[in-house]
Order: sequence, then structure tokens, then C-alpha cells
Amino acid sequence: MPLPWITVFLPWLGAAILAAIPQERLAVRANVAISALGCLCTLGLLAVPGGEQGWTRIDALNLPLVILGGVIGLTTSIFSAGHVRAEGFDTLRLRGYHAAFQIFLGAQALALLADNLGVMWVAIEIATLASVTMVALHGTPAALEAAWKLFLLCGVGIALALFGTIILYLAAQPFVGHGDHGLSWVVLRGLAARCDPGLLNLAFVFLLVGYGTKAGLVPLHAWLPDAEAEGPVAITAVLSGLLLNAALHAVLRAKAIVGSNPGTIAPGHLLLGFGLASVLLAAFSLWRRRDARRFFAWSSIGHIGLAATAFGLGGLAGNLAGLLHMIGHSLSKSAVFFAVGHAAQRKGSQQIAAIGGLIASDPALGWGLAIAIAAVAGLPPFLLFASEFLLVVEAAARLPWLLAPLLVGLVVTAIAKIGVLQRLCLGAPTPDARPPGPVLTTLGPLWVHLGLCLLLGLGLPGPLRALFDAAARIPG
Amino acid sequence: MSFGQLPYDVAHVLGGAMLLLSCMLLYQRRVAAVITALALQGGVLAAAAAWQGYVQGAPQLFLTALMALLAKAVLIPLALRLLVRRFDLDRTVETALGIGASMLAGIALVALAILVVLPVTGGAQAVAREDLALALSVVLLGMLMMITRRNAILQVVGLMSLENGLILAAVGVAGMPLVVELSTAALVLVVLVVGAVFLLMIRGEFASTDTGLVERHRGEAE
Repeated sequence: MPLPWITVFLPWLGAAILAAIPQERLAVRANVAISALGCLCTLGLLAVPGGEQGWTRIDALNLPLVILGGVIGLTTSIFSAGHVRAEGFDTLRLRGYHAAFQIFLGAQALALLADNLGVMWVAIEIATLASVTMVALHGTPAALEAAWKLFLLCGVGIALALFGTIILYLAAQPFVGHGDHGLSWVVLRGLAARCDPGLLNLAFVFLLVGYGTKAGLVPLHAWLPDAEAEGPVAITAVLSGLLLNAALHAVLRAKAIVGSNPGTIAPGHLLLGFGLASVLLAAFSLWRRRDARRFFAWSSIGHIGLAATAFGLGGLAGNLAGLLHMIGHSLSKSAVFFAVGHAAQRKGSQQIAAIGGLIASDPALGWGLAIAIAAVAGLPPFLLFASEFLLVVEAAARLPWLLAPLLVGLVVTAIAKIGVLQRLCLGAPTPDARPPGPVLTTLGPLWVHLGLCLLLGLGLPGPLRALFDAAARIPG
Repeated sequence: MSFGQLPYDVAHVLGGAMLLLSCMLLYQRRVAAVITALALQGGVLAAAAAWQGYVQGAPQLFLTALMALLAKAVLIPLALRLLVRRFDLDRTVETALGIGASMLAGIALVALAILVVLPVTGGAQAVAREDLALALSVVLLGMLMMITRRNAILQVVGLMSLENGLILAAVGVAGMPLVVELSTAALVLVVLVVGAVFLLMIRGEFASTDTGLVERHRGEAE
């Protein structure tokens, strides 16, 4: 079996094992072990020559995202190991939680690796179902409402994406004949120039709206803040870090196909519009949030919007900025969620007002959160600063009018985040409601993510730079 | 294939019947009647899939047809009916938009679907393009139903009707790969949500299926 397939099936096998383990200690360790194996598999993909293996395909665009998924899967499972007791699950829920987590990891890897657009759709659907399960797990009215919203909105979203996929095949049908390769991304991209541009336009609109819903682009974002605030904390880290990337990656694949036909409407402009709307709405919505996890969920909407804006701008520099932004956002945002989740558990509330003075009460956690928020806000020297700088420079060179809304969005967002940084980390500590949980399993993943953000922000090593440059050529 | 040829005409009739049933879903005032219309739509979908399997010589479409018949025309409607009877939910349908207004919106959406699909699909085969227009209408009406109904069961019915439209589109495109796999995956989605609603209601965690009641849980405590 080729390694990409193992990368997908290993977590699913792990899910079956975890669903059968009732003991908490054993299940938690098995979860970390399976995630570690999965992470090794994704790193092993570096050694696999690019190209197709049946329904999957490795290229420069999905490789960094899959590895990112493996790394965040591992760190999240470590965080979850220390934190899961605080969630207060009974045995059944605990088994469901671990199984759904691994099913999610396998599905997001498949969604990235799939060459066949039908398989990609099925993978995103499985990831949706796993995330609905995880969000609903607490069974409180708020969690059920969040899960219901996630299910309905994303259910409609993926249904529209399937319709787009069908139209895409209809466009290519006169040239590909029968067989599974009719939905292969490589085949479709090669044929796109000969396809009917009208059908391609129609397909792209449906794919953008469909997968855009999953990516949390405004105005299709309504599920995201609730889902990220009500599910177990560890889930928030992977929802924000990985699910949004997988969905945006699907949009990019569609853009690459449609964009290679000169007769279509420019798909980049649509993406740019959605992206800019997300950046601006998120920037101003941040000011009205009182709930820490909803605050950072809104910040995810803004960041995905920035990445979409960068990809909408397109070209080598634009795509590079978008890719770096996706990676930087995943790393720094999940770091924030680790720290916020830990603090919220300790304070007994996730309201911003209830969490304060973390630096005074717990310097390692407080400083970690402060630096992570600074990284998310796009301050130097972290990776998001590099990607935002690249985006602004590219926008100034190609579409100067874009600078005004973009800068307003960036500055307003950054100020809101610095304000929250001060309220959460500085000042006098608020009282603890519960004894602190194990702090090492939070600090380890937190500082590893920050270290990676810092290293990638300071400079890209030669081979990595070459990989990213190759990736930036793919979406067109 | 064009008007006046049997394969085309039958496909057209079946697609049209599905659209008609979508409209019926919109104007029914009782939950039980909505479920009956949904079951009928599932049956027509099965017939449409089987007909396309026969016309295109694609045996795998018979499998899709069989699944649609068993799950969408029989099992899921039965489960929903059981739920309605057990929890005495057969009240008048609560709508966020009146029946008359939803019908008008529905007509506008069908017109939109035709205006969007027919001009851009000039190059495709006639049967594919008109099936696609019908399917898109069914999809949009399903979405309209999800938007205008406040009851969780009716929202699920809207989603199922939407999926029916998708499968209609998928079987109408000759040679579409993975139709069986895709329709199975779409079915799993629906089955899981029906199961979840069922489970939650039995355990009393959904005190009511009226989603208007849970809207206060926005989590943003004052």
C-alpha cells in the first residue's frame, strides 16, 4: 500500500481501536501514539516521489499542508492528553471523542491528498461529520445548537460543492469519456482549456460557495464561531487549524482548473471579494466579543479571509503569501487555543473578563499566550507577519486600491487583539475556580508551535523555499 | 436525443415530477403530509436513477436506484413518521415565511435555475442540460425549505430533498464516475442526522424540535 494511503488509513484504523478502549489512561496514550505514527507518516511523504497513486496524488501544494496536519494532530493529541479529564466525559463520550478525533485527522489528510475530486468531496464530508460529532459531544443545549448549525450550514455547503463537482465533470465529459479519471484533478486541469467556459464558471461558483462555507468565508461563516467555542478545546485547535485549510485547499484546486481556461470569468476576483469581506467583517466583529474562544474563532475567519485575498490576487508572490498565511495561522492559532483552553478550564469560564493576569499567576503560560496572540495579530518576527507583509507589498504593486481596505482590516484586527492580550495576560490575576490541570501538556505544544512560527518567520531554508515556490505555481 | 424520443421524454417526466414534489413540500401545512411528499420524491428519484441506468447502459445506477428506493422512499420516511407519532409533533408547520410567499420565492428560484443553467450549457447534450436545470431547481427549493422552516425535522426534510436534487443531477450526467460512492456518502449524511435527531429526542435533550427555541443559546452571555 502506498504511503499516502497509509497516512489516511492509519488514523482510521486507530479510530476503530480507540472506540474499543474504555480505560481513560490507556485511551489517552494510544491516541498520542497513533497521532505520533500519523505524524511520522506525513513526514515520510517527503521521501515519496510526487505523482499519482490511484486516487491520491502528492504535489508541492498539498505536501506542506499534510505535514502541517500531522504535526498539529500530534501536538493536539498531547494537549488533549492533559486536558481531556477536565472535559468531564463519561466512558462512552470519551471513546467517541478519541475515535472522532482520529477519523477527522484521516479525513483531512485524504481531503488534501485526493486527486479525484469525488474522493476529495467524500473526505470533506467525513471530516464534517466527525467535527459535528465532536462539537456536539458535551450535549449541552449550547453545544447541540452549535453542532446543529455546523451540520445544517456545512451540509448545504458540501451539497453545493457536490453540485459544482458534477457540473465540472459535465464540462469535461465530451473529452474524458467514462471512468474514474473523469474527476481526476490533473486530467481536468489539462482539459480545462478545451471545456465550455460557461459550464466552468457555473461549476466554480458552486464549488467556491460550497467549500467556502467549510472554509468559513463571509457571508457563509455563521457556523464557525459557535462550533469553535462550544466543542472540546482540543477540537477547536484542529477545526481552526486543519479543517479550514482543507476546505480552502479544495477551493484552490477548483480555481486552478477553472483559471486555466482563458474564457472564464477570473476566479481570483471572486475569491478576492469573499476574502476581503471576511477580513473586514472579522476586524470589526472582534471588538464586540466577550467570549475568548469566540474572539479567536472570529480571528480565524479574518485570517482565512486574508489567505483567500492572497490567493485571489494570485501570481507567484500572492500564492506564496497565501500558503504561508495558512501555515502560520494554523500554527499560531492552535497555540492560542491551547493556552486559552487551559486558562478557561482553570478559571471556570471562557469569558474574557473572567480570565486575567495570567502572566502574574503563571508566567510560562501567560507569556506563551501573550506571544501567541502577538503572533496571531501579525506582529514581527513571526510567520504571519512575513505573509501579511508579502501580501501587502504584492497588493501595492498590483492592485493599489486594495491597500486601503486591507490595511484598515489588518490594523483594526491587530489593535483588537493587542487589547485582548492586555486583558488576558497583564494586570492582576483573576481568581481560579479549579486547581490547574497538568501544565506541561499545554506548555509543550504551545511553545513548539511558537518556535516553528518563529523559525519559519525568520527565514525559509533552501529546500523548503523551493517546495513553497513550486506550490505557489499550482493555483495559478 | 431530443424531444419526442422515449429516453428523453421519460427522463424529463421523472425530473419534472421531482420538481413538482418539491413544490408540494413547500406548501404542505402538516408535518405528516410533508413526509409523504418526501417519500414520493424518493420513489421518483429511484425511478429516475433506474431509467438513466437503463438508457445509459450503466448497471451501477441500478444500485443507486435501489438505495434511493429503500432508504429515501421507505426507511427514512418511516423513521420520521415514527418520530412524529411518538412525540406528537403533527402540528401545523411553523414557517418563518408564509406559505404563499414561499411558493412565490420557489417560483422565482426555479426561474433562476433555468435562466442560469440553460444559456451556459448550450454545448452539452439536451437531456443533460435540462435535467441539470430541473435538478438545480430541486436543490434550490430544498434550500428554501431549510431556510423558511423553523422545525428541526422539516429542516432535515429540506436537506434530504436537496440531496435528492443532487443525485438527480449526478445520474443525469452520462458517465459520471463514482455516482454510487457519492450517493452513498450523501445518504450516510442524512441517515446520521435523522439518527441523531431521533436519539436526542428519545433522551429528551431536544425538548422541542423547534429550532426557534434554541436560538437563545448563542453562548455570548451578557
